Amino acid sequence: MTAKASSPAVDPDAPLLEVKDLKVHFHTETGVFRAVDGVSFSVRRGATLGIVGESGCGKSVTSLGIMRLIAQPPGRYAGGEVKFEGRDILKISEREMRGLRGGRMGMIFQEPMTSLNPVYTIGDQIIESLRAHGVADRKAARKRAIEMLDLVKLPSPETRVDDFPHQLSGGQRQRAMIALALVNDPELLIADEPTTALDVTVQAQILSLMRDLRERTGAAIVLITHDLGVVAETCDDVVVMYAGQVVEKAPVAELFSGPQHPYTLGLMAAVPRLDAQTDRLETIPGSVPPPYLQLPGCRFASRCPLATDHCRAAPPPLREIGPGRSVACWRAPIEEIAA
Amino acid sequence: MISTIIDRLLLSIPVLLGVLLFGFLLLQLVPGDPARVVAGPSAAPDVVEALRVQMGLDQPILVQFWAYMERMFTGDLGRSMISNKEVTAELAAAIGPTVELMLACMIWSIPLGIAMGTMAAVKRGSIVDRAIMAISVAGVSLPIFFVGLLAVQYLGVLWLNLPFIGRGGPLWSYDGLRHMILPALSLGAILVGPVARMTRSSVLEVLKLDHVRTARAKGLSERSVILRHGLRNALIPVVTLIGLQAGYLLGGAVVTETIFSWPGIGRLVVGAILSSDFTVAQGAILVFALGFIAINLIVDVLYSLLDPRVRK
Ligand SMILES: Nc1ncnc2c1ncn2[C@@H]1O[C@H](COP(=O)(O)OP(=O)(O)OP(=O)(O)O)[C@@H](O)[C@H]1O
Ligand SMILES: [Mg+2]
Repeated sequence: MTAKASSPAVDPDAPLLEVKDLKVHFHTETGVFRAVDGVSFSVRRGATLGIVGESGCGKSVTSLGIMRLIAQPPGRYAGGEVKFEGRDILKISEREMRGLRGGRMGMIFQEPMTSLNPVYTIGDQIIESLRAHGVADRKAARKRAIEMLDLVKLPSPETRVDDFPHQLSGGQRQRAMIALALVNDPELLIADEPTTALDVTVQAQILSLMRDLRERTGAAIVLITHDLGVVAETCDDVVVMYAGQVVEKAPVAELFSGPQHPYTLGLMAAVPRLDAQTDRLETIPGSVPPPYLQLPGCRFASRCPLATDHCRAAPPPLREIGPGRSVACWRAPIEEIAA
Repeated sequence: MISTIIDRLLLSIPVLLGVLLFGFLLLQLVPGDPARVVAGPSAAPDVVEALRVQMGLDQPILVQFWAYMERMFTGDLGRSMISNKEVTAELAAAIGPTVELMLACMIWSIPLGIAMGTMAAVKRGSIVDRAIMAISVAGVSLPIFFVGLLAVQYLGVLWLNLPFIGRGGPLWSYDGLRHMILPALSLGAILVGPVARMTRSSVLEVLKLDHVRTARAKGLSERSVILRHGLRNALIPVVTLIGLQAGYLLGGAVVTETIFSWPGIGRLVVGAILSSDFTVAQGAILVFALGFIAINLIVDVLYSLLDPRVRK
């Protein structure tokens, strides 16, 4: 509640969020499912980090993992650290964690249609979050809720605050979700595919709203998406995930100018381009190996055009190849493969 | 809200007409001659015949039906064939105790069922969950007369010396309250199990939904998450279930009132049927039908209070 005041004086250049070798496993009937298997990245204050990867690569599990929202069982934190402002939040008490959730860490979900409770008004749902984080006065909370709805550009917020979720469109609901996530001025906003379920024009509006809010609130954002176009427009840094692991990390411009991992290259080829002559979407052939299979080598090897015997025998470590750039590939740096 | 109520009332008209028709047919189909019942077993055949004409029983059936409907709509349910009292007066005296019994039964069994179901859902798979579900299954499968007899035997006679015959006075008196305990316990016992089971599965279902994850992401305590975002939404199907159980409950009331000599509609109808008092039986059935409609009306109102999506 008084978290901001009591936070230790930290080095302003230290990362806001540092995820180190995070492992989240699910125990299912078919075996241990390594949904997130040693993921590391960090987010600077005020910066936007994109996490991209195909469906099922562990993006949502990573984001829920950061919020400590993985249901246990079936999930389990099998290792690693999540340092928020220098403290490993996997080790703090549940009570302290609740203070962070919805307080200094906000989250937006993929499904605006179902992520709000249908039986309460959106105002009540925002007010509930304010009250959970120390705003005792109901009137003040309501006023703040209306301000937030105005900030996210929901039309006529004074009346919309008393609407139920089903009275709003998908885009409006996602605006309400964003208002809810930002109401306690978080330092970190985790947005798990905030636009995937929306139609294209609404997607653009929500993304521009998020960029706008980033300027105004200074919050750092972890933006999860499988849309590289969104990444190019919105993010400062990018993490590319494949089968529960990070395969490449880079500042956004460098990633697009010189992708180093064959999987990243494949993803880029899969982006539909308006100027492209073909109407066919390039996709990477093959499919992701099931995560409960413990492969000896690189997990991408079976789909990789550059794979060698060495790739299939030993897993490539994530190694630094430049400032802020790392890649997990034995063949990197790759110069001319685009040909 | 108002329009919901009006809709429901309009919808219940055909139900009511059906019940009236059923009540009429019942009189036609039961073995035994109403005129003979009224006149008494020792009456001479010409007396019975005269009575039959007086009661209109010699008329064609459609004429009889029309006369019957007319009487029903003017609130004239006739006189008891046994006591010769106005059926409406007999019903009026019996309805209070039945309503009391129903309320007393629901007031403990529904909250208890909901609490047990929620507890079981939260502790799913644990000993607590299994114990609660075992109790519910037992409650569902034990016939009410058996539960009632156990209550009489143990709570009434052996352990607590609670009264188990009659109403003992108005509900607000000490004696009235004491007399209420065993009937309300026995009747409520059939409701706890279904409510607990439904609550459990409904809460489990709701806790999987996305908005519950949002509630957790807001930093709410687990208690708020479960009560305000789990149970609150889970109540919607539970209320529906209670509406569906209304008929079961009314049937249970008949048995309970008979066991405990509770002076309500249930005992009235059993007595009337046993003594071939058709007019009273007919009136009581009508009251049950109205009760069923009323309970479902209340359920619909509750439903629209609980779920803003069905509100207009
Ligand atoms: N509760 C769970 N139990 C078992 N497996 C799970 C659970 N939650 C997630 N997984 C598995 O973990 C893997 C990663 O899931 P995740 O939701 O993180 O994918 P994603 O990258 O977010 O995909 P998408 O783009 O489709 O949202 C999936 O294969 C999924 O089946
Ligand atoms: Mg996802």
